[in-house]
Amino acid sequence: MSALRAFVAMVAVALALVLQVSVFPHFAWDGIVPNLCLLVVVGAALTRGAQFAMVLGFAAGLLLDLAPPADHVAGRWALALVVVGYVAGRVRQDVTPTATGVVATVAASSFVGTSLFALSGVILRDPTIAFTELLQVIVVAVLWDILLTPFVLPVVMTMFRRLEPDRAAV
Amino acid sequence: MPLLDRMRTPLARLDREQRPGRVRGGRERRWRVSSHTDERGRPPTSLVVALVLACAALMALDYHGGTGSPVEPARRAMGEVFGPVEVGTTAVIRPFVAVPDWFQTHDSMRSDIDHLEAENARLLQQVHTAGYDRNKLAEYEGLTAAADSLGYALVPARVVGLGPSQSFSRTVTIDAGSKAGLQPDMTVVNNDGLVGRVLRVTRTTATVLLILDADSVVGARIGNDMKVGFLRGRGVLGRDGRLDLELVDQSVVPARDDVVVTWGSDSGAPYVSGIPIGRVTSVFSSLRETSQRAVIQPYVDFGALDVVGVVVPSGTTSDRAVIEADGSLR
Repeated sequence: MSALRAFVAMVAVALALVLQVSVFPHFAWDGIVPNLCLLVVVGAALTRGAQFAMVLGFAAGLLLDLAPPADHVAGRWALALVVVGYVAGRVRQDVTPTATGVVATVAASSFVGTSLFALSGVILRDPTIAFTELLQVIVVAVLWDILLTPFVLPVVMTMFRRLEPDRAAV
Repeated sequence: MPLLDRMRTPLARLDREQRPGRVRGGRERRWRVSSHTDERGRPPTSLVVALVLACAALMALDYHGGTGSPVEPARRAMGEVFGPVEVGTTAVIRPFVAVPDWFQTHDSMRSDIDHLEAENARLLQQVHTAGYDRNKLAEYEGLTAAADSLGYALVPARVVGLGPSQSFSRTVTIDAGSKAGLQPDMTVVNNDGLVGRVLRVTRTTATVLLILDADSVVGARIGNDMKVGFLRGRGVLGRDGRLDLELVDQSVVPARDDVVVTWGSDSGAPYVSGIPIGRVTSVFSSLRETSQRAVIQPYVDFGALDVVGVVVPSGTTSDRAVIEADGSLR
């Protein structure tokens, strides 16, 4: 069951990546697209907890770092999404979160994830981007992610809940 | 952490209220035990440390590796897998993206079709304003003309993936790779002007660094007086997608609307010479840096990048029709 869960999670992340790179640029605002990989990681965190979400975040981040057309220093998205997995996973406490709770978690995660990525770029001097530009990208990215939450999170969370081994046993 | 605690409190309260009617509580407790997390759902410290260190190690490897980075083979392998998927996905959604354009110009397109067959050459001039299919034709035609005036062969390709702005680097994937005769450091143009250069190739796709990227530096020349300088991207797409030109000769003041073209290098890598880049929109002089800085508006509309051409040496073998220097297809 665990291998199947890992496989399904990776397929979900890969699908999110392809949509993010090849489909959403057609609807992008100044090239800013919804971060679907981040949404999948948050969904995993809300249903499966921080541990699983952090590992999934690491894998999803690696995909974002290495799959074309990425060209930044590898490991930056991986670090950002590991932290997102941790943050979103800590919100989950034995409850199925309410809709408001999910949206708040996505907003916080998106802000933390995008900011961390930008910050690691500033530290590594990967690209030199003006601060106002950074802020604008982060705000629009958070809005995009919140906008997509009602469509993506229920699907992702239902999927991960169905794959819960305990439920299958009962 | 305080933020998290605040978010957690209402959730916990809600849980207490709902708990009597819920059946899932027991199940969830069991799941938590089986996953080795403690009572508060905290992941094991060892895992946190391991993952963060793995990320840091990867960044260090890639950052200090430069072009010979050990991460590069992994990137190529990932490109071999995801490249064809991106090509396929774009092929599937392309007709749907074009639907709004098609409806807007449907009537004019129908009325023009007879003329189009008879007077194809003349209508190509109007095609920029017409529907999707004719736009595509015009772009290919423009590429042919570009190859004619540049004196190089061009491999046509289409953009199949765009890097998100959240990654702060301006790169795209195109659907031509080493099978089409592409190599790193080749110039990429479209019928408007310079697009960028090839960073790395897989068998079927290539990653292109746009000249808008903050890491992109292009040797440029002002068309009117041949003065040379360096063009840097700002890393911004959209309306502010401009380039900054710094001239080597400090005494020169570029004029508004001067044309900027590539300067080029001996072997034509990474940029061949004489490709139009954009026009000067404004000039700033900085006393502190004692230099003139001109802002360049690129000719290429990077928000709607589709058909591009990769400059290859004449006579390159390719898996598709190559546009030769005389404008013929081979």
